[in-house]
Amino acid sequence: MPITINDQSHELPDDPRVSLLDFLGTHIGLTGTKKGCDHGQCGACTVIVNGMRINSCLSLAALHDGDHVTTIEGIGTPTDPSALQLSFVEHDGFQCGYCTPGQICSATAMADEFANGWPSDASDSLTGDIAITPEEVRERMSGNLCRCGAYANIIDAIMDTVTAEKEAQS
Amino acid sequence: MKPFDLQRADGLAHAGQLCADKHTAPIAGGTNFVDLLKLEVETPSTVVNINPLPLGGIEETADGGLSIGALVSNTATAVDMRVRENWPVLARAILAGATQQLRNKATTGGNLCQRTRCYYFTNIDQPCNKREPGSGCGAIKGVARLHAVLGTSDHCIATYPGDMAVVLAALDAQVEIAGPKDSTRTVPVRDFHRLPGDQPWKDNVLEDGEIITAVTLPAPVAGRQVYRKVRERSSYAFALVSVAAVIDMDGDSITRADLAFGGLAHKPWHDPRIADLLVGQSPSEALFDKAADLLLEEAQGYGENDFKIPLARRTLKAVLAEATGVKP
Repeated sequence: MPITINDQSHELPDDPRVSLLDFLGTHIGLTGTKKGCDHGQCGACTVIVNGMRINSCLSLAALHDGDHVTTIEGIGTPTDPSALQLSFVEHDGFQCGYCTPGQICSATAMADEFANGWPSDASDSLTGDIAITPEEVRERMSGNLCRCGAYANIIDAIMDTVTAEKEAQS
Repeated sequence: MKPFDLQRADGLAHAGQLCADKHTAPIAGGTNFVDLLKLEVETPSTVVNINPLPLGGIEETADGGLSIGALVSNTATAVDMRVRENWPVLARAILAGATQQLRNKATTGGNLCQRTRCYYFTNIDQPCNKREPGSGCGAIKGVARLHAVLGTSDHCIATYPGDMAVVLAALDAQVEIAGPKDSTRTVPVRDFHRLPGDQPWKDNVLEDGEIITAVTLPAPVAGRQVYRKVRERSSYAFALVSVAAVIDMDGDSITRADLAFGGLAHKPWHDPRIADLLVGQSPSEALFDKAADLLLEEAQGYGENDFKIPLARRTLKAVLAEATGVKP
């Protein structure tokens, strides 16, 4: 079965060693997803597979037959950015911008995890309602590093969007 | 990364047949394995994709326990409402490990089989008896901050790095294993991982061709459940010391004290003498110190990790105080 990336179908690579990250960037030309450490430590390569955020550097492309992948290119465009992307601009949630696609893919999926009521290590209760706090967001985004150290503004950008989404739902 | 053939497992027996070859390795979530392929720590000639196997479900068992399939993601286990309500210590341990991206891919079986994060093991330019038998251990007189203080050998002082298995050991969960010719066996998590001895390359008791199919939790028990993980930073770091505890009391008397420890050894550490000491006693700081004396009776530091011995004592005492309500 082919792999679906941002609603487009693609044939998988023949070489099983190709990571999903390299497949995106060098095989089909989606260069928005970034290679930081290439060892699952920095989160720059985060993409959303079947609704779940993963490190695309630690996943072999050949194992993704039939999967649906959303990359930063599938989240928004320069003329039609997502609310979270606008919020990153509003809050100056980056400096060099290299980690930003991963931050945005990660936080986009994180919003769904909040909506599902999934707890985190920062949650007081495993079964009760979870308040969206900076502490929760920091814990849930700990897999995305920013070497420029723009964390304060990244958290602000995410908090604004996720809080607004929750208010819109309630 | 060295070239390898990728095969797809068509059923459990097929997966077992393929993996019976010692140059063949299974892949599930791959979060640790793909990294080790890149580092050329793992150099299999064939990799078997076991993700098509029907091992992705969580089911209640006849005796009120829970069977968690080998391919269930760590996230799916941690957010399962049955786990959150009845075995909260398991959800806590999983959520304390790695990142959401990694937990979304990492599986039950893969988490148990993850390799040590010893810096000498993951660097092919360094000696490591686990990676290259007979090459020596760089850590014993080297950089050993993450390393073991219990159950070490002259050949290896690596630690098992995970959190989930520490709780599974405290809960006395069982590993369900499929072997050749439709055989199956069940191994307690407490006996699944090995001490290094003179064969440190053997992390656990799995034989070539055996595949983990599930982990079974026993029926929930009464009591306080605590997982405390001490690490270098508050998220996304391996445990320096961790303590998993299920403690129950009847009045002022301890009636259950199921404990296991992470970050201290080549396996999740369980010492049955600690429960024997604690059960039937009234909690006190003096009693907790005796428990720590037992735990650390044969502890040995290697310089950089000497701090783990007093840290393990303090963490154990804090957990026991929290779980029994005694003010430390």
